[in-house]
Amino acid sequence: MSKIAVIDYGMGNLHSVAKAVEYVGRELGEVTEVMVTADAEKIAQADRVIFPGVGAIRDCMAEILRLNVDEIVADAMKSKPVLAICVGMQALMQRSEENHGVNCLGFLNGDVRFFGDKLKDAGGARLKVPHMGWNKVKQTQPHPLWRDVPDESRFYFVHSYYVHTQSSQMIAGVTNYGADIVAALADNNIFAVQFHPEKSQTAGLTLLRNFLQWDGAL
Amino acid sequence: MGLAKRIIPCLDCDNGRVVKGVKFVDIRDAGDPVEIAKRYCDAGADEITFLDITASHEDRATTIHTVEAIAGQVFIPLTVGGGIRTLDDIRTMLNAGADKVAINTAAVQNPEFVRQAAERFGSQCIVVAVDTKQVSALDAAPRWEIFTHGGRKATGIDAIEWVKKMVAFGAGEILLTSMDRDGTKTGFDLALNKAVSSAVQVPIIASGGVGNLQHLVEGVLEGEVDAVLAASIFHFGEYSVQEAKEYMQARGIEVRL
Repeated sequence: MSKIAVIDYGMGNLHSVAKAVEYVGRELGEVTEVMVTADAEKIAQADRVIFPGVGAIRDCMAEILRLNVDEIVADAMKSKPVLAICVGMQALMQRSEENHGVNCLGFLNGDVRFFGDKLKDAGGARLKVPHMGWNKVKQTQPHPLWRDVPDESRFYFVHSYYVHTQSSQMIAGVTNYGADIVAALADNNIFAVQFHPEKSQTAGLTLLRNFLQWDGAL
Repeated sequence: MGLAKRIIPCLDCDNGRVVKGVKFVDIRDAGDPVEIAKRYCDAGADEITFLDITASHEDRATTIHTVEAIAGQVFIPLTVGGGIRTLDDIRTMLNAGADKVAINTAAVQNPEFVRQAAERFGSQCIVVAVDTKQVSALDAAPRWEIFTHGGRKATGIDAIEWVKKMVAFGAGEILLTSMDRDGTKTGFDLALNKAVSSAVQVPIIASGGVGNLQHLVEGVLEGEVDAVLAASIFHFGEYSVQEAKEYMQARGIEVRL
């Protein structure tokens, strides 16, 4: 019996990630209980924690602070494997440019920047924002969550802001959109992704399966 | 190398069944939406769009149930449209497992609805669906207007201006349908797609008129769209999604294979 908590702070669609985790749990043949909750006690009892997020950072951060989700995430990061997804990853950084500048949780070193409205590819062609669709992720360090995921697999992205960090040892994967940008960060028992594994078909489900089997060690 | 152009099979559903008509009439039954969605996903579809074409009040429960069933088995993005009129409608569809909702008539009736929806749920899940017809004379500069109620009602609103406004209000993506081409299998309205795609920064999905794989290629290369949507060429087994992607890749388009 494995318990997974998907932290619910009222932002966006958590059902996709819960359904995908339930699906890979069934494939693994083990009983997986997926709790979509903001209850600190329940989350403390979980074996693993998923910190998702979609939407605008200002509203996400307001709800995170209002529901004391900052403390819940800090507790989980001390002791369990944590997977942060999309705005969940961005919330872990120090600050975001979105909504005229928002302070984030500051649990990881780095900031969140806008793609800009004049984004171009290497050949000078205009790039649309949001970065929406399937892009290749180059794995920049080995990690248990990359097991059986071929390098340069495509994952589904949808975002207008991206993480920038000076702590290059944390970068676990990059994707190219205008420039190489962070697609995944790894820091001890934390794995954070800009893409949506729950929407990335085979590659995404493999990553989620690896997360269900990960003990948080590298 | 980078972001792939997307192929999006569209399931037009009426009372729990996939159907496909020509110019919104003459409807043929194409099967069970859950089975079809799963088949397309396994064949490499990049997203699924589910349009509830009747969207009558009585069919709502069927639609929610179908969306739940698809979302439990298909792990690629799912857009649901048809009869999305309130913030509660959006919440219901997201709770059922949709990732995005397509808003059409309600946006025209109340543009502020799009702004409220984007503020509440984020632009990433707000697709504005635009049904257009060319209204200019053959020898005049092309001009398109938008239509609502499944293409039955003219609004007099210029399509390009409308799309710009919707993006300013928070639409994260535009699903652009040419009513002139829908169901005709004569190819996308390339001039329309190019005009809209170059007018805004968000991704454009071309819809209406696909009859063969070359039409998909033209949509991307000449219409300059980010994604192509098609229904009947996939439903009736003329082409598979995999074939479509291989065809596009062979013509220099980046796809997810």
